[in-house]
Amino acid sequence: MKFAVIVFPGSNCDIDMFHAIQDELGEEVEYVPHTADSLKGFDGILLPGGFSFGDYLRTGAIARFSKIMPEVVKASAAGVPILGVCNGFQILLEAGLLPGAMRKNRDLAFICKQTQLKVENNTTMFTTSYKKGETITLPIAHGEGNYYCDEETLSHLKENNQITFTYHMDNPNGSLENIAGIVNENGNVLGMMPHPERAVDCLLGSEDGLKLFQSIVRNWRESYVVNA
Amino acid sequence: MSLMLEPSPEMIKSHREYAAMGLTDEEFAMVENMLGRTPNYTETGLFSVMWSEHCSYKNSKPILKKFPTSGDNVLQGPGEGAGIVDIGDGQAVVFKIESHNHPSAIEPYQGAATGVGGIIRDVFSMGARPIALLNSLRFGELENTRVKYLFKEVVAGIGGYGNCIGIPTVGGEIQFDSSYEGNPLVNAMCVGLIKHEDIQKGQAHGAGNIVMHVGAKTGRDGIHGATFASEELTDSSEGNRLAVQVGDPFMEKLLMEACLELIQHDALVGIQDMGAAGLASSSAEMACKAGMGIEMNLDLVPQREPGMTAYEMMLSESQERMLIVVKKGSEQEIANLFAKYDLEAVAVGSVTEEKLLKLTHKGDVVANVPVDALVEEAPVYYKPSNEPQYFRDFQVMTNVAPVIDDYKETLVGLLSQPTIASKEWVYNQFDTMVRTNTVVPPGSDAAIVRIRDTNKALAMTTDCNARYLHLDPEVGGKIAVAEAARNIVCSGAEPLAVTDNLNFGNPEKPEIFWQIEKAADGISEACKILSTPVIGGNVSLYNETNGEAIYPTPVIGMVGLIKDLAHITTQEFKNSGDLIYVIGDAKTEFGGSELQKMTEGKIFGKSPSINLELEKLRQQQLLRAIQNGCVASAHDLSEGGLAVALSESLFRTNLGARIIVHMEAVTELFSETQSRFVVSVAPEQRVAFERIVQDARCIGTVTNNNHLTISHEQDGLLIDTTVQSLEKAWKGAIPCLLN
Repeated sequence: MKFAVIVFPGSNCDIDMFHAIQDELGEEVEYVPHTADSLKGFDGILLPGGFSFGDYLRTGAIARFSKIMPEVVKASAAGVPILGVCNGFQILLEAGLLPGAMRKNRDLAFICKQTQLKVENNTTMFTTSYKKGETITLPIAHGEGNYYCDEETLSHLKENNQITFTYHMDNPNGSLENIAGIVNENGNVLGMMPHPERAVDCLLGSEDGLKLFQSIVRNWRESYVVNA
Repeated sequence: MSLMLEPSPEMIKSHREYAAMGLTDEEFAMVENMLGRTPNYTETGLFSVMWSEHCSYKNSKPILKKFPTSGDNVLQGPGEGAGIVDIGDGQAVVFKIESHNHPSAIEPYQGAATGVGGIIRDVFSMGARPIALLNSLRFGELENTRVKYLFKEVVAGIGGYGNCIGIPTVGGEIQFDSSYEGNPLVNAMCVGLIKHEDIQKGQAHGAGNIVMHVGAKTGRDGIHGATFASEELTDSSEGNRLAVQVGDPFMEKLLMEACLELIQHDALVGIQDMGAAGLASSSAEMACKAGMGIEMNLDLVPQREPGMTAYEMMLSESQERMLIVVKKGSEQEIANLFAKYDLEAVAVGSVTEEKLLKLTHKGDVVANVPVDALVEEAPVYYKPSNEPQYFRDFQVMTNVAPVIDDYKETLVGLLSQPTIASKEWVYNQFDTMVRTNTVVPPGSDAAIVRIRDTNKALAMTTDCNARYLHLDPEVGGKIAVAEAARNIVCSGAEPLAVTDNLNFGNPEKPEIFWQIEKAADGISEACKILSTPVIGGNVSLYNETNGEAIYPTPVIGMVGLIKDLAHITTQEFKNSGDLIYVIGDAKTEFGGSELQKMTEGKIFGKSPSINLELEKLRQQQLLRAIQNGCVASAHDLSEGGLAVALSESLFRTNLGARIIVHMEAVTELFSETQSRFVVSVAPEQRVAFERIVQDARCIGTVTNNNHLTISHEQDGLLIDTTVQSLEKAWKGAIPCLLN
């Protein structure tokens, strides 16, 4: 499976994402600059964390006008797995690939720490290697992770089982319904504030993120076999 | 504003305009003598910033000469952007610490943020990829709203810059004392990694080569920042807001990536950060170091606003700018490289044989001065030094242990002291893990960052107990280095080298200069004995508010090498049943201790003593025990003594400890005698451990009941409490003081 890590000016988790795929998963991965105009040949798309365009205006608000973004939208429609982490999630919201918006953290301060998450939905292509209801530990590092959407959107998210991860016990940023990650209706676009790519090596404190990437690869392989 | 007419050379002289820029009458006469004429306004500005303490070290040079600066592994000592130490396999570690105290006192968010930005540029200007940030902070007591505001904003500013640029902030230290109330200290340290062949220098070689202005445009911010940093703060310093720069970490991220690509380019000759005194110091220093001159046409300097004068452009400290020298003919290629990152690289001048800094603006020559006069021939002062009376008074006091009613309450009280209490409130606002190499995040003795694709890691720390330095600057200076090394050793690393940030009051006062001299003597001796040369650093003097100096605070930044990831050790106890040892005996030493501060409300008497040879021996033995796999956890004994160290070894675990002490209880539990460690050892390693570490005494065992129980051999039970209650006090103290 071949992954693209999209690099925006100001992305800073691009390297972490790259190494998680290459070193821990052993899959192919390439950096794709925001100025590229094609995602041909990539089987999965990763939007890394960071401060794209300095977070100026609003997180993700400028990045979503990058040249590469129409290609990301096209890939989304074609069912390609797309994962946006942290700033990547914010960009997916701004691009309209996921519903809702991000507000500043409840305490108005940046927070970086390990958090406990609950796997709410283990039927998405990103989560099948987890058990439903399983508690996992992934770190967060953000200033704007306070997810919000209107009531209609929320009930829609619930009906479609789109809420994928929630904060367990302690909600660090004040997000609606403890939401930490959601998928689109099709289930091929996941946005999440916690960083699975920072949790792929026991030496660094947790490897609970590994299963997320393993799920993507396994489900891609299976669909590939079926489609072939 | 800039439409004001600049005074003529005659007026500068007759109205003593130079004095407002920080030059003395004697210095102005020196300048006239060197030039053979009276300098014009721009030239006077150049001399005033270049001869400021911040740029010239004119008061501290005789002090800095004391430090040992060479060693087998040192590839670059003081004098460039940052020092460099070999770590084997063709790799080296680059690091430096720098202060941004004065700006942070006036505009704490931007002051702290740009301090971080500046030190990062120093490291990547050497060609290194920055891999970690640390910070050493001092504030007044968290009692009034101004101090709380400074504290919150400094922390936010450090986070705002480091988080955005994507370099993890992995460690540091914070202390609170009333001497810092009006003059907080904000020292930022950056550590980078480099391949030997990529090492760059800030030198302008090769006549005809092109000088380029790279990165952000030059604006009117930070004009005379270096001069401002070389004066005492007063109530009117608030008016110096204009001397504080504004940072843009996004711009710096682009600049860093572009410069790291640039260093691989054959056309690059030299590169230097435009930090303090901006274009003036970077051009003059690059020319001086190469024995050349530089000619610049200031019309070509990218400017943020119209109408800027030569004086403003040369003295601006606008952030996120670098000065580079490239081979003639490569200008377009270099401009294209920067354009990829949406950055400007503009040719503004060239290198000349004649050792002059020659500036033209709008067709006129606005400055023409010898570069050596600006840089190397700056005056050097040997300030008078005088042993203060307070020191003599302290020296004749006898050591007594404070009287204590309740040991448990005392321990809880100590754990709640802001200097000891958990700094989680601070470091949770820093991205400590970006780039996924942080093995040990903030909160342990030293932070540990692995070196990807090797089996090695780097340990790093900053340390300085300024209370000891206040009581005795020489002994305190030794202790600062020894404690840093102790932290490095506890993490399983061998100490490599030191970067120091000498924060003191006004050196023109003989009592302050005495502190500087004595502290430097202590630091030098410790660095020699512990084999940790000083490879760079920063001097910040004039840290006074309305005449009151801070405690002498020479912050020691130290980096160590972990040769095998298996050696990584943390302070937390690991397994129930492990034996707990203390290395070294306590003496009745409470001068400057947390217990003295807490019970007496002030510090006095003698600082704890230190025997550096004993310190070295214990460090070597402990490191060997760690490397041999005999040690489960290691923690140095510092503020608060043994009881605090034991508590800290239990926090973040579900374990407990049962301890029995033998000597006088207050001394055993709370004395801050130096060169001591708390170590836990698995029972099967007992013999091996005791064979290596001579002065270790087994004082108890790790239990699984989440209780800390401390008894005295004769006096019986002293403390029996849940670790949870101790941890709650320790964690809650700072948030509680802030709310």
